[in-house]
Amino acid sequence: MKKIALAAALATTLAGATFAAQNVAINGAGATFPAPIYQKWFAEYNKLHPTVRINYQPLGSGAGIRQVTERTVFFGATDGPMTDEQLKGAPGILHLPTVLGGVVPIYNVPGVTQELKFSGPVLANIFLGKIKKWNDPALTALNPGVNLPGSDIVVAHRSDGSGTTYIWLDYLAKVSPEFKKTVGVGTSAKWPVGVAAAKNDGVAAIVKQTPGALGYVELIFAIQTKTAYGSVQNASGKFVKASIESVTAAAAAAAKAMPADYRVSITNAAGDTVYPVASFTWMLLYQDPKDKAQSKAMVDFMKWALTDGQKFAAAMGYSPLPKNVVDMEMKTLATVKVQ
Amino acid sequence: MSRFDDLGFRAGTGLFGVLIIAVVIGIAGVLYTDSTAAISKFGWQFWQTDTWDPIAGDFGARPFIWGTLYSSVLALIIAGPIALGIAIYISELCPAWLQRPLVFLTELLAAIPSIVYGLWGIFVLVPFVRQLEAGTPEWMKALPLFSGPPLGLGMLSAAVLLAIMIVPFSSSVAREVLRAVPQAQREGAYALGATRWEAIRMALFYARTGIVGSIMLGFGRALGETMAVTMVIGNTPQISTSLYAPQYTMAAVIANEFAEAADELHLHALVEIGLVLFVITLVVNVASRAFIWSLGRQARPRRARHATAPAAEPA
Repeated sequence: MKKIALAAALATTLAGATFAAQNVAINGAGATFPAPIYQKWFAEYNKLHPTVRINYQPLGSGAGIRQVTERTVFFGATDGPMTDEQLKGAPGILHLPTVLGGVVPIYNVPGVTQELKFSGPVLANIFLGKIKKWNDPALTALNPGVNLPGSDIVVAHRSDGSGTTYIWLDYLAKVSPEFKKTVGVGTSAKWPVGVAAAKNDGVAAIVKQTPGALGYVELIFAIQTKTAYGSVQNASGKFVKASIESVTAAAAAAAKAMPADYRVSITNAAGDTVYPVASFTWMLLYQDPKDKAQSKAMVDFMKWALTDGQKFAAAMGYSPLPKNVVDMEMKTLATVKVQ
Repeated sequence: MSRFDDLGFRAGTGLFGVLIIAVVIGIAGVLYTDSTAAISKFGWQFWQTDTWDPIAGDFGARPFIWGTLYSSVLALIIAGPIALGIAIYISELCPAWLQRPLVFLTELLAAIPSIVYGLWGIFVLVPFVRQLEAGTPEWMKALPLFSGPPLGLGMLSAAVLLAIMIVPFSSSVAREVLRAVPQAQREGAYALGATRWEAIRMALFYARTGIVGSIMLGFGRALGETMAVTMVIGNTPQISTSLYAPQYTMAAVIANEFAEAADELHLHALVEIGLVLFVITLVVNVASRAFIWSLGRQARPRRARHATAPAAEPA
C-alpha cells in the first residue's frame, strides 16, 4: 500500500516536471455518509484520467460547509442542504445531488419473526416517548396477526451529528407537527427519549444487543449487519420496504417539482413504490471559482460521476439518481465557469 | 568555555520550560476566543442549565459536568482499592518469580488504546451489565441508585470500564512509590516487633503522599477519557444518580458533535464545554496538590522533607 502511494507520488512528481500544466490536484471535504462512493469515484476517475487527482476528507457535513465557505477546500459535500444564512456566507455556491440514501427503522423484538410495519406518525410518537410499549394499540393496528410483546420500546439514536439523523428528523418532522415543534430538524438534536451511540454501526450494535430496541440506520448498514428493518407507510398510504429502487423512486417522484438550486427534501414523497425516508446527498461547488483549471477538471469529473459513475452506486448500497435529475444537473454544470 | 556551555544549557532547557507555560496559556486562550459567542450569549447560565438543544440553539453544560464528575468519582471508588492492592502485593508480598510478569501485565493494560477498551465494553461489558441490571431484586430497584430500565448502556458500564482503564496507571505509580520506601523503615518496624501487616501499614504511611498522587493521576485520566466512555455511557444529557441511567460526559459530547456542528453558536458552545473541562481539570489538579501538600505537613518535622519526595530517598 505504502509502496503504491510512494510510486504514485513519484510518478506525479516526474509527470509534474514534464507536463506541469496538465496535472490537477483538487481538495474537498465533507459528509461521511457518501465518503465510500466518493473515494471509489475518485480512484476510478484517476485510473481514467491519471492527471486528475481528487482528495476527499470525510470530516462531516458541518465541517464540509465550513471549509468550502472559507474556501480552504475546492469543493464541499453535505447530507443536509445549506441554510439560507449559510448561503449568504458562500455566494455563488451550487448544490449538486450525487447519489441517494435511505434510512430505515431497525428493531429487535424477541419472539417476532414477521416483518413489522410502521407509519410516520407512529414512529414520531415512539421517538417522542409517547408510545412506550411494543403492544401499543397504534402498533398492533398496523401489524395485525403479529403477536407484539408488552415490553418497553428502547429507542436508540445517533450520538454524533450526522446526515442520517438529519434525514430521519426531516421525515418525522414532516409527518408529525408535534415532533417538528418539540424536536425539529438538524444533524443532532435534543431527544426526548432513548440511548445514543456513535455511527451507524454503534446504533446497529445497540439494537442487535438490546431486546425491545428500535433505532434508525442507513439502509446499507441494516443489510450488512443483518438487522431486521421494517417497511414504512408512504404519503400514498402504501407500506414500502427500503431498497435501492424504492429510494430512487422517491427522487424521481420529487424531481417533478425540483427547485433550481436542488435544495430539496424528498422525504414523505407520494407514489406507490416510493420509500418515504430518503434523501439526496450533495456536492458543493462554486459557480465561478478562482482556479479555472481545477474547475474544468471538477466539472468533467462531475459529468462522469453523474453518468458512468452512477453504476457503482447500487453495489455500495447507494441509490443512483433518476434520469430526469441527471439531465437537470448537466444543464447546471454547463453554467459553471471553466475558463 | 564551560561557563558558556552552562549558560547555553540553562537557556536551552529554560526555553523548553517556558514552552510548556506558553502551550497551556495558548490552549486556554484559543478555548476562550473560539467560544465567545456562547460565553456572551449564556454567561454563567451555561454552567447552570440542563438543556442541550442544537436545533433551537439552547446550550447548558450541567448534565455533562455531572456526568464527567460522577463517572470519574465512581471509577476512582472502584479502581482506588484495587490499584492499591495490586501495588502492595507486587512490591511487598509477591514471590520474586511472579513479580516481573505481574508488572509487565499491568503495564500492558495501560498501553491498550482506549478505542479497544470501548469495543470490549460495547460487546462484552455492556451485555453483561444489562443481565446484571435485569436481575436486580425489586427492593433494590426502589433505591435511586438502581432505578430505571436495564439498558446496559449507562453510568455503571462507563464507571466499570473507566476503573479498568485507570487501574494500571494508579497501580504502577503506587508500586514505584512503595518501592522507594527505604528498606531501613521496614527493618526498623520488624526490629520493634511489628507484624507483616503493621510493617506494610508503616510503609503505606511513609508513602502516603505519593499514593494519593497516584490515585489522583488516575482521576485526571478518567476526567478526560473520551472514546471508550462515549461508546458505553449512552450519551444522554441528563442528571441522574442512578447507575443504570444513560448519561453523557464533556469529552464525549465534543467528540460526538464537533464534526457536524455547522452553526456558529453550536460550535462555540462545544468549545466552551472544552473550556469548562479545562477549568475543572485545573481545579481538580490544584485541589489534589493542596491535599498532598497538607498531608506532607502533618508528618513530624524530622520526616517532613523526605515524606513529600520519597523517591529522592536512597533505597
